[in-house]
Amino acid sequence: MHRIGLIVNPLAGIGGRVGLKGSDGIETQRRALELGATPRSPHRATLSLLAIAEPDSPLEVFTAPREMGETSASEAGFVPRIVGEIHSGATTSADTQRIAREMTSLGVDMLLFAGGDGTARDVCASVPEGFPCLGIPAGVKIHSAVYAVNPRHAGELTQLFLAGKARLRESEVLDLDEDAYREGRVSARLYGTLHVPYRPLMLQNQKTASPASESRQMEAIAANVIEHMQADVAYILAPGTTTRAIAQALNLEKTLVGVDVICNGKLILQDATHAQLLDLVSRIPARIIVTPIGGQGFLFGRGNQQIGPEVIHKVGRENIIVVSASSKLNALRLQPLLVDTGDETIDELLAGYFPVITGYNEQMMCKVSV
Amino acid sequence: MKHETKTHGAARAVAPKPALRRFHQARWDEPIIFELSVAGQRGVLPPEPEAAIVETAGDVFDNLPASLKRKTAPELPEMSQLHVLRHYLRLSQENLGVDLNVDVGQGTCTMKYSPKVNDQLARSHKLSELHPLQPLESAQGILEVMYKLEGMLKEISGMERVTLQPGAGSAAIYANISMIRAYHEARGEGAQRNEVITTAFSHPSNGAAAKVAGYKIITLPPDADGYPDFDALKAAVSKRTAALLITNPEDTGIFNPRIEEFVRLVHSVGGLCSYDQANANGILGITRARDAGFDVCHFNLHKTFSTPHACGGPAAGACGVTKEIAPFLPTPTVEFDGAKYYLDYNRPQSIGKIRPWYGVAPNLLKAYAWIMSLGADGLREAAEIAVLNNNYLLHQVLKIRGVSAPYAQGKRRIEQVRYSWEQLASDTGVHSEEIGWRAADFGTHYWLSHHPFVVPEPMTLEPTESYSREDLDEYARILNHIAEEAYSNPEIVHTAPHNSAIHRIDQESFDDPEAWAVTWRAYKRKYKK
Repeated sequence: MHRIGLIVNPLAGIGGRVGLKGSDGIETQRRALELGATPRSPHRATLSLLAIAEPDSPLEVFTAPREMGETSASEAGFVPRIVGEIHSGATTSADTQRIAREMTSLGVDMLLFAGGDGTARDVCASVPEGFPCLGIPAGVKIHSAVYAVNPRHAGELTQLFLAGKARLRESEVLDLDEDAYREGRVSARLYGTLHVPYRPLMLQNQKTASPASESRQMEAIAANVIEHMQADVAYILAPGTTTRAIAQALNLEKTLVGVDVICNGKLILQDATHAQLLDLVSRIPARIIVTPIGGQGFLFGRGNQQIGPEVIHKVGRENIIVVSASSKLNALRLQPLLVDTGDETIDELLAGYFPVITGYNEQMMCKVSV
Repeated sequence: MKHETKTHGAARAVAPKPALRRFHQARWDEPIIFELSVAGQRGVLPPEPEAAIVETAGDVFDNLPASLKRKTAPELPEMSQLHVLRHYLRLSQENLGVDLNVDVGQGTCTMKYSPKVNDQLARSHKLSELHPLQPLESAQGILEVMYKLEGMLKEISGMERVTLQPGAGSAAIYANISMIRAYHEARGEGAQRNEVITTAFSHPSNGAAAKVAGYKIITLPPDADGYPDFDALKAAVSKRTAALLITNPEDTGIFNPRIEEFVRLVHSVGGLCSYDQANANGILGITRARDAGFDVCHFNLHKTFSTPHACGGPAAGACGVTKEIAPFLPTPTVEFDGAKYYLDYNRPQSIGKIRPWYGVAPNLLKAYAWIMSLGADGLREAAEIAVLNNNYLLHQVLKIRGVSAPYAQGKRRIEQVRYSWEQLASDTGVHSEEIGWRAADFGTHYWLSHHPFVVPEPMTLEPTESYSREDLDEYARILNHIAEEAYSNPEIVHTAPHNSAIHRIDQESFDDPEAWAVTWRAYKRKYKK
């Protein structure tokens, strides 16, 4: 008997149909409903469950009440077990987080969730590290690599995973700052990772590399960087899985979304603030190791604001080491990376070309635009 | 032949109905030949020799040195001759290829017609029974072919010397980067110049071969129009630059008109320039590597020069070099003293050998025959028709819903195009790879792109000069049909192919060396425990 959890964010995607570029925040949701938006995520969740056509063994579905999953599961012909309570018509991200936590403690084999980047963040904040999850795409904006290409693929992937035929891979959860997005500014940041089942062609933002080759590429990047590390120099590691791989290669535990500092093979600062970094770089020579944040390709100014313009100025352009898996650069079509440090002089200083380390002794020349 | 129908009493010629070719591969999955082995079965049982022969020759095995004798018999399949023939005929029916279908989908591979008469020449006993160790005075014919082929490739590339030794394109690139390193070492700059620059749309063998040779690889991105970014080159060149390894036109089919500026900039910092002309099919007789300032170049004879490509036989590469690089050529070179052809091993600055002997002789003969049958004007005509065919197909394909040709909008392409199904994928959820699989249901296929993808949902088509307008129309009709299916009935594309011997294979294991079994012995060890 396999057990899956299902959480539907009924409000995911309602902003998109009425041109609101997202659905975060009660005000936006109310506005979307006023404009005549109808929820589409429950139906998409039904489609996914229907695609789990012939499970190898009986399947038990745990789900949230009513529009947060129960409706979808019933429509797909399941008699679900209900977890938690909600106020129907007034669900919030706190519901998603609370119910996700409850489900993982009930021993489900994996958690399916229908929504967008915001829903992925809620799940990411609630499930234990490494817990198998998979997104059913229903949101307006999906930058996270944790969503299947479409609801049917989500169902098929689930079935493959339960049958032991799909491996898990760690995938990034990204989200935009929706306030900025509605004002026409694009800004994404990394919130964490989820472990999702993987088969070629079935994940949105699918990368051509497999989990195995991608992790080898990160190891190669790390080996290249470490080979050139010098004694008594502080290496400021910006957020990201690629920078974390460098710390891992040194047997150090790096925070994923924080800025950590390595010196002489030891972690000397974890989750450092701007003030701490500024103090550090005025005392000892430092290098910044940074990776573009997926989606829009921001090098500085999104998700790594701790490394502020004063720190960059002090460290110097020539001491910035940019690393990236080539799949990430290719997803950006090798078009310019962006910076928005908050200081135009520093942005200008960063403009131009950086050799980005993409493997061992492999670099891609990447342009940085302001 | 025209199809005529009566319409309101008036006879009118109409085009044949655009029906798609019905196709089905063999339904069986032919086992590996080792799995068909039955102990004791024999293909041929030769009669015992007559007593007089035994008396005269003795036991021939006695004459073999002990070091050449196996201690145990090899584990070869035991089968009757008839079973062997059936096995290979059945296998061939699980295949797609240039002799079966319109093979313009294998972009960058130049799947052109290779005249069968050239195969006959190469199979002739005059060549097939030659041995590389036989006295040169008895092998003057093949040496003459090599010498004259070198002369023709010198003319085609504008270079001063050519080696025919490399066994394929990557071996040729490796030979070129090895010569470049020897050149810098001879000038005392070997250690300093440890960087090689290439471009995102150059063939990846350039970066890969240079990396195998120990270089750090710097890749230039395309600019917004798809041309290699010249400003990125400015930022990349330095006293550490050993060479620029570049393709032109690149895999997008876009020709870089600023190529001379690229070459001049690299020369200005002391680097050399290597022109990857593996696929010179669209520029033969039109542009020359030397005229653009390059120091070395290479051809894949199995592409442009019509010796079969892609599992169709052994490959062959040829490197062209300037007189400054010539001292470093692999040994031996083929020379002519006015009376006879000979091999010159006395080349003290040579990089040595890239492979045993002197080159892949059958392919060199085929390339020689192909060039001689066309002549200089014919080579140029082949290139011109290849470009025309490509731009005709481009025009037809761009009429199809959901497809585009990214970069260089409104500009013509040279010999191939890297298309994108991004729009179709976003509209329908059908991926380019699935369209390629569905194409197999109509007896053809296509290739996507080198990995990792820069152009999203890619498809690379290269029609060459060999296909008729009807062939190209048929191919475009197949793509159009599948695109329409993607919009109206995506399921049939998602689940394709439907008419193949094997529908899907597990790609997950492609990246896992532990899963690979490239020999029967490895297969037994890993899967038959």
